[in-house]
Amino acid sequence: MAEFLAIVIAGLATGALYALVAVGFTLLWQTSQTINFAQGEFVMLPAFFMLAAMNARLPFWAAILLGFVLSTAILGFAFKRLLVDPMLRHGVLPLAIATMALSTFLKESVKTFYSAEASPFPSLAPTGDLHLFGVAIAWQNIAVLVVAIAAVIGLQFLLAGTSTGRQMQAAAQNPTVARILGVPVERMILYTFLINGALVALASLLITPIYLAKFTNGETLGLAAFIAAIVGGFNQIRGAIAGGLLLGVVDNLAAAYVSTQYRGAIPMILLIAVILFRPAGLLGRPEERTV
Amino acid sequence: MSSRWSRLGLLLALGFLILAPLEFKRYGLYILSQWAVMTIAAMGLNLTLGYAGQVSLAQGAFVGIGAYCAAILTTNGWPLAAAIVLALALGFAIGWLLGYPALRVQHHYLAFVTLAFSTLAFLVFRNEAWLTNGTDGIDGVPRPSVFGLSLKPHLYYYYFCLFVLACVTLAMLGLVRSPWGRAFVALRENPMRALSLGVDTRRYTLMAFALGSALGALSGALYAPLVGLVEPPAFTLTLSLNLLMMVIVGGSGYFLGPFLGALIAVLLPEWLRFLESYYLILYSLLVMGLLIYSPTGLIGIVDRHIVRRRTRAASAARASLSASIEAP
Repeated sequence: MAEFLAIVIAGLATGALYALVAVGFTLLWQTSQTINFAQGEFVMLPAFFMLAAMNARLPFWAAILLGFVLSTAILGFAFKRLLVDPMLRHGVLPLAIATMALSTFLKESVKTFYSAEASPFPSLAPTGDLHLFGVAIAWQNIAVLVVAIAAVIGLQFLLAGTSTGRQMQAAAQNPTVARILGVPVERMILYTFLINGALVALASLLITPIYLAKFTNGETLGLAAFIAAIVGGFNQIRGAIAGGLLLGVVDNLAAAYVSTQYRGAIPMILLIAVILFRPAGLLGRPEERTV
Repeated sequence: MSSRWSRLGLLLALGFLILAPLEFKRYGLYILSQWAVMTIAAMGLNLTLGYAGQVSLAQGAFVGIGAYCAAILTTNGWPLAAAIVLALALGFAIGWLLGYPALRVQHHYLAFVTLAFSTLAFLVFRNEAWLTNGTDGIDGVPRPSVFGLSLKPHLYYYYFCLFVLACVTLAMLGLVRSPWGRAFVALRENPMRALSLGVDTRRYTLMAFALGSALGALSGALYAPLVGLVEPPAFTLTLSLNLLMMVIVGGSGYFLGPFLGALIAVLLPEWLRFLESYYLILYSLLVMGLLIYSPTGLIGIVDRHIVRRRTRAASAARASLSASIEAP
């Protein structure tokens, strides 16, 4: 039982990370129909900004700050202006392919200009375990869970509790009507890209101490974020969170109890089942179809 | 005018494909054969995606199915022709089944179902060692002989691939011009209207998947003897995404799109090899630049150019007409 609980808690920590990445993914989809195949690489990159800053003898906190600024500027602003804006009118697929190329570009650039080796990355949390009722929980996981949940709650407050957030939701749900009502739709879309830039930097900060900084870090993460977003409901932020947590737990349980060979199949089967039986996702609303 | 030019271009391209390889080295032939093989798979995907509008991220898995089918049968002494027939049948049948989710879900949801299928197929290739020899893969896939002529030399096998590509091209040309082809386009443009006009959208959706997948499997069956070694990492999601890229970059829904797209995806990286570790960086930049410049792909550029010239010619004709009316 203790082992089972430990696995579930570790799964929740992984899931909270998936959720962070999936929320950003969902935001981009909602406001601009961008399927970002480079989302995993977006998480991989900010850690290298921070590492480069630390190599330039900046203290850790300043490096983190710089990482966040660069991430929102490059992965948020520049990504939207240079790649998304010119292609937005031409449908989902060309843009999806362009983000695939972008993912190769980011990966290869880090490999060529920084290092092909894994580099250690300082952790915010102390090492070691917390022993609670006979269950050992790594401090690392606790930190991940707390920070990720705080971030998601903060984001939820921003979206539902502030005027800007409500305008962002309006811009996502019905751009035409939002525009008529005086919502600056273009600026709201830009905000979601900036938020995504900050979210991936946060995810990067949390995940890199666990996996080390390596140019391939994004590969599995991007796919996991997709699956989490779809399982939860592509058009709901709550859905992305639920999907992320569920996927994290299922993933970790599968790693423990299912043969290692077919471990990777479990999330896929979950994905197929959800899409076929509840296409809108567990918490999603069905999208209206325009004929 | 433009049709005469395009005919000339096609003749030149065909001449190049037949004559140039005589001067090619081993590696050049290998790359060109790879182009022919991948073009077949991309044509299949273009049928599913470009004509019928059904997004599939599983084409790479079908190439894998075809490749394993050919590798297993030919290493057990069967002729390649039998393996090709079986690969086509298998691709058609599995593709038909994969089409069923497309009846329920569309667009990005469909993309993700097929993505999951592609990952599952990879796991089966890797784990079912009794059938696929697991991670070691199947080595020494023999090349066939045709009418007693062995296709072992690269040049001969290249011509064989080119011949199959030509057959597929002719068959595809017939298909897209037939009522079937028009039904596929109707399915893409407006499924609701197609249904109300009596097109059996259900059957055509399944058919679009089945035919596209069968071509994927055919491409795989040619790939196995070309490379000689069939192993799981060749058929991951990356291949599916790569094939999707070929279709989009070439020009989705255009007949010649896959040919150009495969050219970009197979040959361009090779031409950039002199850049060594920078070649993938430049390659991905070029792909992004091309898509930003023309989101409808390479053919889109040509198409835009032709439309512009026609508009100009038409307005010139109009101007001279109105001038001739006003003159007297």
